[in-house]
Amino acid sequence: MATQVFDIPKSFKKDMKYTFCPGCDHGVAIRLVAEVLDELGLKEKAITATSIGCSVTLYDFLDIDAIEAPHGRALAEATGVKRARPDKFVFTYQGDGDFASIGLAESLHAALRGENLSAICINNTTYGMTGGQLGPTTLLGQVTTTSPTGRNVEYYGYPIKIAEHVALCDGCAYSARVSLDSIANIRKAKQAIKKAFEVQIQGLGFGFVEILSTCPTNWKMTPEQAHARVRNEMMPVFKPGVYKDVTVQE
Amino acid sequence: MNYITIDKEKCKACYLCINECPKKLLKVSKETNNLGDHIVEFEDPEHQCLACAMCAMRCPDMAITGVYKG
Repeated sequence: MATQVFDIPKSFKKDMKYTFCPGCDHGVAIRLVAEVLDELGLKEKAITATSIGCSVTLYDFLDIDAIEAPHGRALAEATGVKRARPDKFVFTYQGDGDFASIGLAESLHAALRGENLSAICINNTTYGMTGGQLGPTTLLGQVTTTSPTGRNVEYYGYPIKIAEHVALCDGCAYSARVSLDSIANIRKAKQAIKKAFEVQIQGLGFGFVEILSTCPTNWKMTPEQAHARVRNEMMPVFKPGVYKDVTVQE
Repeated sequence: MNYITIDKEKCKACYLCINECPKKLLKVSKETNNLGDHIVEFEDPEHQCLACAMCAMRCPDMAITGVYKG
């Protein structure tokens, strides 16, 4: 009798199929969220506030309650949900354009207020759904449809390092940046998501994970090349690591 | 005997799993699915599969629906 060592997480809807482009790491990130929801037994009491962009499709795949808060206001709405129903588990799943550009005020102030929320930000250095425009995390020199000669400092300024910014907020309990470029890093990403969810359950404050992801379609690369780009170009700038963890004793 | 199951209709032919397998048991198939993609197939004549589930961890579309050990 064979034992099953890998199964599709129970938090997914039956017969769901991802609608992402081939090789997109959103699929891996959503699977990790579902696995953590399963392990912590949160499926029945989880509510997600969704964003705008490719990340919004989360509620098509996960069998949990969702409230729509497009254009960056996910953490503002999540604040309302959590304050009205403190017994529920509330998290957001956002892209970098949603979290760090359109909704930067909402996001940082949720962290500053120390709301009991968990936020996940997928950083792929571009606006994926709208066709690969320059986003807040676009790397210097990166060619996008709105920076055809590459991002230069004089005209566009510098990319934002979200995990470091959130870690500086006093209300933040956990802030980490992880990558999905290899199996080892996928396992680390799952640990980080679990930690960000646990600080909310323990009532310690704001838990945040930034996930370095790929966009093979808009980067005009194969999925394999896209992972090499994450490793060689993104990870030296956006350094993975845990930037704040209040549960660790000094 | 360890083995994996692949959902043909979920596979989008990104081929990320092929490089991930430590025993190189996955390869591009001649068969296509409804989207016209040449899907990935699992061939293990010498029973080398370790059931490490690294292919399933990597697959962004959960086309590898199960990994079985023993």
